[in-house]
Amino acid sequence: MLQVESLTKSFDDFMAVNGANLSVGKGEIVAVIGPNGAGKTTLFNLITGALKRDRGRIIFKGEDISELPPYKICKKGISRSYQIVNIFPRLTIFGNVQVAVLSQQRRSSNLFRPAQNIAVKETRTILETVGLLDKENNIAVSLSHGDQKILEIAIALGNEPELLILDEPTAGMSPEETLATIELIKRLAQIRGLTILFCEHDMEIVFSIAQSIMVMRQGQTIIQGKPEEVRHNPVVQEAYLGVE
Amino acid sequence: MSLNMVVGHGGMFQFHHAVFYGVGAYTIALMLTKTSMPIWVGFIAGPIAAAITGLIIGWFCVRLTRLYFGMLQISLGSLIWAIVFRWYNFTGGDDGIHGIPMPSLISSSRGSYYFILIILLICLVLMYMILKSPFGSTLQAIRDNSQRCEAVGVNVRHYQLLGIVIATFFAGVAGVLFVVLERSVFAEMLFWVLSLEIFIMCLLGGWFTFAGPMLGAAIIVALRTFVGKYTEYWTLILGVMYILVIFFLPEGVMSYFQEIFKTQTKEVAQGGQSIDAASGKPH
Repeated sequence: MLQVESLTKSFDDFMAVNGANLSVGKGEIVAVIGPNGAGKTTLFNLITGALKRDRGRIIFKGEDISELPPYKICKKGISRSYQIVNIFPRLTIFGNVQVAVLSQQRRSSNLFRPAQNIAVKETRTILETVGLLDKENNIAVSLSHGDQKILEIAIALGNEPELLILDEPTAGMSPEETLATIELIKRLAQIRGLTILFCEHDMEIVFSIAQSIMVMRQGQTIIQGKPEEVRHNPVVQEAYLGVE
Repeated sequence: MSLNMVVGHGGMFQFHHAVFYGVGAYTIALMLTKTSMPIWVGFIAGPIAAAITGLIIGWFCVRLTRLYFGMLQISLGSLIWAIVFRWYNFTGGDDGIHGIPMPSLISSSRGSYYFILIILLICLVLMYMILKSPFGSTLQAIRDNSQRCEAVGVNVRHYQLLGIVIATFFAGVAGVLFVVLERSVFAEMLFWVLSLEIFIMCLLGGWFTFAGPMLGAAIIVALRTFVGKYTEYWTLILGVMYILVIFFLPEGVMSYFQEIFKTQTKEVAQGGQSIDAASGKPH
């Protein structure tokens, strides 16, 4: 579904991503791991168009998307959540998700119908799936950090993506919240048939849900393979797992 | 109100909004004095000309962000002011245009009052509907977080530009209504001082609320009318008031009242738990 080939991005003299390769099959759960500064978030920013790549190709469903702006990439079926909470703080929980749903249904430019009557069912379904329905009228900024991270995912679901990219979905969460989020991710993959690409520091989480793991170091792909292959790869053990 | 659509709800620094008010007024004034077109054409042309000017200036401005947006907007707006101010043969320069003919129905003070009131109410209803529409929600989402909006598939510049065009259309309507009331136009209508005044009205009244700018306008006009009678330094009081508002009510007077209202209803509903919506600053 998604192929990343020899992707390169530098900031001044610093090579943030330096020839990264990644392959994500339809319906797969793929994890990207690597030490801090390995280029994971930059890689996600490149795939979703938030940053422009220097060299390399990003192929999604057979089409080169590396030149497209973020909003067009989103319309192609790629949606993402952020490592640092990135929501609409002044809108309600409902409003946060509805913005994405309206955009998906191409109804954002409707000028005269009250928004409160549009896309209500779809928005509530998503809120119910992630467990935020009882708080739908709260202002987003008033939520706990854990709930804001869940809202992150809910907004991303509003676009009915085929490929969902999650950048450290459990960062800063309590152990209970982390467990609940892992269950949610698994459920989303099963019920919605989503393809999920995520990065995460917690190795236990990664090895428990990922079907394929890509290891990055200094912007480069060391290996991509099944969890067992990655675990026993000597380069990975030396470069990353050993250090952990 | 139309300025607040872009500033408060759209999060764009439209520093020089009076230009569009002036363009609307000059359009109808010029059409009624220099052409023999029927009057209603002028009424429609004023807002449309303002919106087209908004589209052109906005097209350049949405390519920049925040303060740079504001600086370019002031520059391009001042350019239009300069043209109006200097082009004596056409616009009357700093003399303006006076004695613009109006149909008898709306030329009496009572007639013009009701005409303006009706148009104002229609505009308020329309603006309220737009604010509560999917477009309004999207515009507010862009204000809160334009990067995330782009990531959920919203073409941010496109929506910002549409917001500017709609707001400048309503500014054009206000310009036309000024001509109905005063039957004259002058270059000061496009000067940045007026833009500053309406900007302060929005901030003072409450820029995240719908009715805030009206309250802000009421405060300023009341100050000018009542305090201005006793001293020409009434702006000094406005200045002090504004400093106090910035320190104690950074989101304006109306937001303060709304917050009290919300807290009270919440306290009744939940037994004392209140939401701190005020800490969510726009990005």
